Amino acid sequence: MKKNILSIALASAISASVILTGCGSKEVPDTANADKITLTNVSYDPTRELYTSYNEIFAAHWKELKGQDVEIIQSHGGSGKQALEVANGLEADVVTLALEYDVKAVQDAGLIEDGWVNEFDKESAPYTSTIVFLVRKGNPKNILDWGDLVNDGVGVITPNPKTSGGARWNYLAAWAYADKLYGGDEAQTKEFIKKLYQNVLVLDSGARGATTTFVENGQGDVLLAWENEAYLSIKDYPDDYEIITPSISILAQPSVAVVDEVVDKRGTREAATEYLNYLYSDEAQRIAGDNYYRPSNPDILAEYANTFDLDVNLVTISDFGGWDEAQAKHFADGGVFDEIYEK
Amino acid sequence: MKKRSVRVIPMFGLSMGVTLAMLSVIVLIPLASLVVFTAQMSFSDIIETLTRERVLASFRVSFGTAFLASAINAVMGVILAWVLVRYDFPGKRILDGMIELPFALPTAVAGIALTSLTADKGLVGSFFARFGIKIAYTKIGITVALVFIGIPFVVRAVQPVLEKLDPSFEEAAGVMGASRSRIFRQVIFPELAPAVFTGFGLAFGRCLGEYGSVVFIAGNKPFETEITPLIIMSELQEYDYSSATAIALVMLITAFLILFLVNLIQARNTKILGR
Repeated sequence: MKKNILSIALASAISASVILTGCGSKEVPDTANADKITLTNVSYDPTRELYTSYNEIFAAHWKELKGQDVEIIQSHGGSGKQALEVANGLEADVVTLALEYDVKAVQDAGLIEDGWVNEFDKESAPYTSTIVFLVRKGNPKNILDWGDLVNDGVGVITPNPKTSGGARWNYLAAWAYADKLYGGDEAQTKEFIKKLYQNVLVLDSGARGATTTFVENGQGDVLLAWENEAYLSIKDYPDDYEIITPSISILAQPSVAVVDEVVDKRGTREAATEYLNYLYSDEAQRIAGDNYYRPSNPDILAEYANTFDLDVNLVTISDFGGWDEAQAKHFADGGVFDEIYEK
Repeated sequence: MKKRSVRVIPMFGLSMGVTLAMLSVIVLIPLASLVVFTAQMSFSDIIETLTRERVLASFRVSFGTAFLASAINAVMGVILAWVLVRYDFPGKRILDGMIELPFALPTAVAGIALTSLTADKGLVGSFFARFGIKIAYTKIGITVALVFIGIPFVVRAVQPVLEKLDPSFEEAAGVMGASRSRIFRQVIFPELAPAVFTGFGLAFGRCLGEYGSVVFIAGNKPFETEITPLIIMSELQEYDYSSATAIALVMLITAFLILFLVNLIQARNTKILGR
């Protein structure tokens, strides 16, 4: 019997080590002299087309600069989910996520050094967007501004701000409108938000899901959407939808950052930094504009005056005291968003 | 000295060792980490998290729809298995293969397809909408998705038992004058029951944790159609691991209890049948 136990233990140990292998080597590769390097860009859903175009011009730019080929691996998914993956060890040289709060989660995991927000221009947001309304052609319910969303019989589609990073912008934009309307009276503002979410027919878990619900499945009268997503829907179905830009909205700033821990280990800091820096070049800014993101360079933005409604009054996240404060007040367990759903 | 036991089949030590290692690395260690994460909360915090109105409502939605869907599958699965085993007809092989498609299809695809079909503008949904019945974005929709996900479990559990069932027992019962319904109740069903319970238990466990397909069809409205896995996802989105794992642990324990109970019933049945 003793021999038997021994062989069981031995076999356990061997197969466990077989299963657990795969922990890589530790040395830092010398990438500066390599012929080719790879960078991994972990991003969120709607930037797929943007970065596909951008990666091409960046590869050309880097070749010219260093004579080196660069291959960029893109990863897309829900912003919060992507942040979790990077925090849990997915090797990303750079993250380009939907909001600062998600990049901060990667920072909190010890992978990004403090001060990343000021590492690049415009608070590390090379392109921005805002929240607009997508309505059915001819705007049958005559929805022109946030106030029209709380009317009886208006069906609103927006994702759940608790599961979708992007949807937090929708919520905050509505809040900004009501806050201004009621001159800062919080009780009335809450009541407005509550009414708005009572008109929400389907609370999808992510932004793309909400678009599917509205566009493919024909639910609701108005979709609260990122401007770039709304333009993509219009591009696909020009005869079915219209974009309404409300009087007030929020400046959505998708954040970019170099993942310090990873680039130091892989020896890719220089390339990764340049990858994000080059997003501010005129060429890259135009690619952003072509993909319906608002370029952060005001001169380039002016070139797109025909595309975007530049008159909209945009509040920013600092008006809410920054993400930490907004998160704690509105979206944390027991926050305002939970309150409006309590019975 | 004890007599050394000699086994007829060799390699017991090796295969048992591999089994233990696999189970530990793939199942036990990840599950233990769930407990460790949850243990970072104080007991009162855990209770507070689990008894939040919204969490309780989601438990009701998840357990209710999973139970209903598994019950439907238990009935439909037996009928499907019966047809596939007992009758010969053209296209039987294809039909048999189709049963497993829900396993192979990414659940998100299933969810989106079912939603567009059953939304009130969709092919099936528009028919029911005429009678004022909404399928997508209600609990009915969730149940439909779960029936889709769970059906192979029951069919595949019942099929092999039916194949081995000797039709001569039924013939004998028929010769002795038993009615058809009596033959089913007293000859066929007792043989099938353990397999049906197994299939039910497996389907229930699977449905409880199903996320990919259900989020698309559920509508996700708090207190109405919000499933527990979605609550877990939103806790994770807030980077609140311990709350997420605490809720997950409840689902896990319940699923385990159900499977355990199913095994108990099965063991008891086997005993009664005297084998």
